[in-house]
Amino acid sequence: MPVETQEERGETASPVGEIQLLRWSLLSWEPLPLSGASLRSHDSWTCSLLVPECRLWDPVHVFLTPVVPQWPFYNLDTMFMRGLKRKCFDGEEDIEGTLAGIKAIPSYNLQRQSLLDMSLVKLQLCHMLVEPNLCRSVLIANTVRQIQEEMTQDGTWQMINMQNTGQASVDRLVSTDILCRSSREQAEGKHVPGYSTFSKDFEGDQAQDSSETMSTASSVQALRNLQSNVWEMENSQENKGNFQKSLDQIFETLENKSPNSVEDLFSEVDNSYYDLDTMLTGMMSNTKMGHCDGLEPFPSPTTTTSSSNCKSDLNELDHIVEILVES
Amino acid sequence: MEILCISGENWGWEGLWQLCPRAQSSSAENIPSRERFQSSGLRSNHPEVEDLKPKRFQVSALLSKWTKQNMWLQIFPNLGAGGGNDIQWCFSQVKGAVDDDVAEADIISTVEFNHSGELLATGDKGGRVVIFQQEQENKTQSHSRGEYNVYSTFQSHEPEFDYLKSLEIEEKINKIRWLPQKNAAQFLLSTNDKTIKLWKISERDKRPEGYNLKEEDGRYRDPTTVTTLRVPVFRPMDLMVEASPRRIFANAHTYHINSISINSDYETYLSADDLRINLWHLEITDRSFNIVDIKPANMEELTEVITAAEFHPNSCNTFVYSSSKGTIRLCDMRASALCDRHSKLFEEPEDPSNRSFFSEIISSISDVKFSHSGRYMMTRDYLSVKIWDLNMENRPVETYQVHEYLRSKLCSLYENDCIFDKFECCWNGSDSIVMTGSYNNFFRMFDRNTKRDITLEASRENNKPRTVLKPRKVCASGKRKKDEISVDSLDFNKKILHTAWHPKENIIAVATTNNLYIFQDKMN
Repeated sequence: MPVETQEERGETASPVGEIQLLRWSLLSWEPLPLSGASLRSHDSWTCSLLVPECRLWDPVHVFLTPVVPQWPFYNLDTMFMRGLKRKCFDGEEDIEGTLAGIKAIPSYNLQRQSLLDMSLVKLQLCHMLVEPNLCRSVLIANTVRQIQEEMTQDGTWQMINMQNTGQASVDRLVSTDILCRSSREQAEGKHVPGYSTFSKDFEGDQAQDSSETMSTASSVQALRNLQSNVWEMENSQENKGNFQKSLDQIFETLENKSPNSVEDLFSEVDNSYYDLDTMLTGMMSNTKMGHCDGLEPFPSPTTTTSSSNCKSDLNELDHIVEILVES
Repeated sequence: MEILCISGENWGWEGLWQLCPRAQSSSAENIPSRERFQSSGLRSNHPEVEDLKPKRFQVSALLSKWTKQNMWLQIFPNLGAGGGNDIQWCFSQVKGAVDDDVAEADIISTVEFNHSGELLATGDKGGRVVIFQQEQENKTQSHSRGEYNVYSTFQSHEPEFDYLKSLEIEEKINKIRWLPQKNAAQFLLSTNDKTIKLWKISERDKRPEGYNLKEEDGRYRDPTTVTTLRVPVFRPMDLMVEASPRRIFANAHTYHINSISINSDYETYLSADDLRINLWHLEITDRSFNIVDIKPANMEELTEVITAAEFHPNSCNTFVYSSSKGTIRLCDMRASALCDRHSKLFEEPEDPSNRSFFSEIISSISDVKFSHSGRYMMTRDYLSVKIWDLNMENRPVETYQVHEYLRSKLCSLYENDCIFDKFECCWNGSDSIVMTGSYNNFFRMFDRNTKRDITLEASRENNKPRTVLKPRKVCASGKRKKDEISVDSLDFNKKILHTAWHPKENIIAVATTNNLYIFQDKMN
């Protein structure tokens, strides 16, 4: 069961607590050790509830995940009932009402986001295991798909459209990756409903920022995030490639695909990354000057070649990963 | 005969049988009370109550006047002493290491009684099979059945390395199935992820002595010293049990084998992995027939895998397989060579009020077992046990909640991967009780007739033989009563995934992580 940090107990933030927060944040993105024992042991999955104060000044955490990393509890009714007394939503009754408890009853979207995060990390772990359990992988992948479908359907994108106005959106203009990815989507003919004013290029950007807008709504913050997103691009690319490959691998690993072919797949991704790199530098200079209205759909030169090799599902996962990584 | 004495409030109340002739009916004023009903005594040898099924009787005219309605009265036979039937389970034995840190190789991965119940086989993660044999019943010890002692231990599977994929193949025994005994030797099939082996377990209790050319210790004699000839004779020796692999069925499965099931013709068997089911003949190892293949052309479209499969106990052409989406398909091998199209699809419509992101995961079926009669089958998903009538596809006939209190914890269970645990289930010999495992070393039994259930714990604390097990209770929320355990103090590392019930008697074998517990019912 989740380990409670000192924050949760209502004490002031201590160095140990901070380290724990950082540890959790970093752990989310590092492969866990392969031994079965540690995978099962709960220590690796310490989910610590963050008090708002900690979150604001923790730079690493802010960039990695904008939302409180609570593994949520999907019955909204019960959640509201438990209300203030809850720590993690598993009904532990020995927690006094703390700041943490009062702070948030995360919205359904945040819960969903957390579940998505958790599922994707699990899938990545599958990729790292020697012999992934096919049934488990399929179930997790189905869960991810289900969340993604729901997010597409329930107007999450629409909500973002309405929230994004004026200056803030201009600042979020460019994520080269978004543009490249969306260009692939254009090639695939993907259509997102409810998309009117802005070009599709902003779709992913908005998705990433959706959680951010919910939690903190300052444009300064947004700009900072944007810049962090930009320099974080290289991590995201690799991660994205990893995630794409991991889902593929889950289904194909048992099919006589030796690790060597995996390397080939990775090198394929790397090539596109190099292209993005050049485009990135190019686009950065453009964005400083450009306006969103006048922006042409981004020409998609070299990425389409790799996209033709990518399977359609990868783009969807791409999408999800964007949300995950850049939010 | 008509029932006259009834309980006023609870129709379907479990009371004692009573059949009274009309002549003895009480007048309208003399309303039969519950006490009176109880005091009338058990009539279990009455010819009408032979089969101990719940009986329905039409309330006599007299009583319907009293109750002002016509109703059917259902009375459950009271099968036990002192009012309660229920079987009282006692600790009998525990096998395995005592210490708390569990060696990985000792984790029990399957438990199975043979057809007579005399032998009990367990497989573990280290690829070993241990067979226990029941002692012959001692006439002097009439209050307990024979104990199970180690009969044979052998290494069934070794770890292998698949060079083509650079993957290690685990030696963990996934399933053991016994063949019915045809001669003095016993045969069983054991399987790991990729290979199935047929083992012959035979006894040797005599050996020849008196060779002419060899000494007793095996050295060869000098032929010139042989002056007379004698015929070697068999003399008794200490019992030796030998296990030898007679057939090895390999290289037929790309994915991990999760089930094997022997056909009722005792000549063929099926083996199922995540995406395919193969049919084998016990004598032929270099060929198997693929009878089900659900692998999509494009692996990215994979959304469903096979989780368990079993042959029908009586029809040699029928088998079922369950999927990760909560469906069970019944196939008839006479319909076509590749049974991709099911003959029956068993699926319960989803309950919209319970819908969550985890609905699909918890609907994944981890085990499917036919009843001994062949009329019903039981499936185990994460939170419940369902009993299906083979004639009705749209919903199960009975559903039993195993640990409903976990429904609110699904997210944590998803996080620590417990939601993917595959629990098994089993029937008792008469198909009246089903059993399955849970967490905290609890296991649950559901009586299909009385609709009562019980939760018991397999722990070393109740170590004395013939100690009756105390029923356990988990309190979901609110005030915890004495002796109850709250959900949050359950140990999710102590899970009972494998259980087995003796085919004829009330003896059960329950496997915790590395220990095997044997419980019997209390014999008076």
